[in-house]
Amino acid sequence: MFYSSFLVVLVLMAVTAPVALAFGFGGALAARSTFWPLRMFGKAYTAMVRGVPDIVFFLFVPVALDQGLEYLRHRIKCPDWTEPVRQGNDFVVCAAAKLPLSTSPQWWHELYGFSLAVATFSVVFGAFAANVIYGAMQAVPHAQLETAEAYGMSRRQVSRRVLIPQMWSYALPGLSNLWMILIKATPLLFLLGVADIVYWARELGATKSAIYAYPHPDWRVWYFLFLLVFYLGMTRLSETVLGHITARLSRGQATMAGEAQRKADT
Amino acid sequence: MSCLEIIGDYGLRSIGLGERLLPRTDFTLCHQFTLIGSGLIWNLYFGILALSFGFFLANALALAKASRNPWLRKPAEWFVFVFRGSPLFIQFFLAYELLVLLPRAGIDIPLGVTTLTIATSWLTSAWAGALIVLFLNTAAYSAQIFYGALQSIPKGEIEAADAYGLTGWNKFRRVLWPTMMRLAWPSYTNEAIFLFHATTLVFFSGFPALRQNGDALYYAKFFADKTFNPFVPYPIAAFYFILLTLALITLFGVINRRLNRHLPGARTARLKVRPQIIR
Repeated sequence: MFYSSFLVVLVLMAVTAPVALAFGFGGALAARSTFWPLRMFGKAYTAMVRGVPDIVFFLFVPVALDQGLEYLRHRIKCPDWTEPVRQGNDFVVCAAAKLPLSTSPQWWHELYGFSLAVATFSVVFGAFAANVIYGAMQAVPHAQLETAEAYGMSRRQVSRRVLIPQMWSYALPGLSNLWMILIKATPLLFLLGVADIVYWARELGATKSAIYAYPHPDWRVWYFLFLLVFYLGMTRLSETVLGHITARLSRGQATMAGEAQRKADT
Repeated sequence: MSCLEIIGDYGLRSIGLGERLLPRTDFTLCHQFTLIGSGLIWNLYFGILALSFGFFLANALALAKASRNPWLRKPAEWFVFVFRGSPLFIQFFLAYELLVLLPRAGIDIPLGVTTLTIATSWLTSAWAGALIVLFLNTAAYSAQIFYGALQSIPKGEIEAADAYGLTGWNKFRRVLWPTMMRLAWPSYTNEAIFLFHATTLVFFSGFPALRQNGDALYYAKFFADKTFNPFVPYPIAAFYFILLTLALITLFGVINRRLNRHLPGARTARLKVRPQIIR
């Protein structure tokens, strides 16, 4: 169980990264749009994460999502239910609208909890990524966009052929930073109630836990030390890989790194 | 019960003053605002103390990291790597478990004639243990910022200092350090904001909230769990933190202006709010 929980963390990172990137991309494009409500939405999304601790979101988004989904299903599945959903301090929906259904097997509950976690991470990190990508789009030299327009490209063509390919090399430092942050945010899964490595480290390390009394003394220190080393290793590995990607992407760019590479080659 | 009475009862609840029992039923908006606001005291306490102690350690670490002596440089590099490379959440857990391992009765140090007993049990409580972790953590992050600034001091300034015959401590105090601060300040502002946000993690890691004296997020979660309604307490907590962030930006902006006051206006670096998010 302890080992498979590492898999949970790795899967979370693997799923969240592309989804968050897509969210961020959408957010950044929305913030640049000419259509006012869409632009406002994009800006609000990117501004959301500034100034508020991320953990607030990690606690807020899953519950909000869960209740939102249940409320929707409640409206669809039980239209003849007359009582209000919020009764004082309780949130009551009809039994058929419960998510997941109380009759469904255990793994379905776990999967649901995990997908809520993925959704939460994606929403929060999408906002961070939108911030980075928006900034990168602003950083593309304006002259290049004007040149493209002078060649007779439409706005859409400019975006697709010039802006987006150029943007990546500006966005990469921010995005790699974000990846590091994502790695370091994964232990927060524990707060979302997913049985992840922190959970198992606490359970297995303890002498006497909720599940079982172990015949060994308190090993939690060692488990957490191991987790610390695991995360340090992940960070080191990512630093190396990202360094290679940065070098690859800055080839031929009119930036300092690109210039340095050009000089080194000749 | 009027709102003023509630503020009187619960305004200082987080530090153990006022009403002992948390409200059970009838959670009004006033209750939520008061309790979450009173929890903010802990966030301020952790943030301010960790930041002000961490500042000095960070300076020392940055200098050690830039030093040519490997006996100074290597430990500093490792310290920064360990604290920046691992999640703060894990650091909290690990620190708590380590501190719990210390003997409850205290450590006896025999001094020949007498024995000196160092009490250790207080270290496991949040106000001390979490503060130590936050202090070390922010020191590592700020050290990296200061180190970067130290490396990007313009060559001309160092040469000018040499030309005036400044050496050693004098050169550092009069030329290098002020420039380092000036260059590092925008990033350091972000670090400060981000540290205050990180303080919300304290009571969600191993450290127990004694007698339910928790921080702002602890009470926000309390209300969300009790009312099954996350749409009120979390925005309230968010509201408080936005206020806190704005206050920090103002304060650090004033210092930034003072650090840059000798420069012509156009070159003054404007503070940009770009809080880094999670550690």
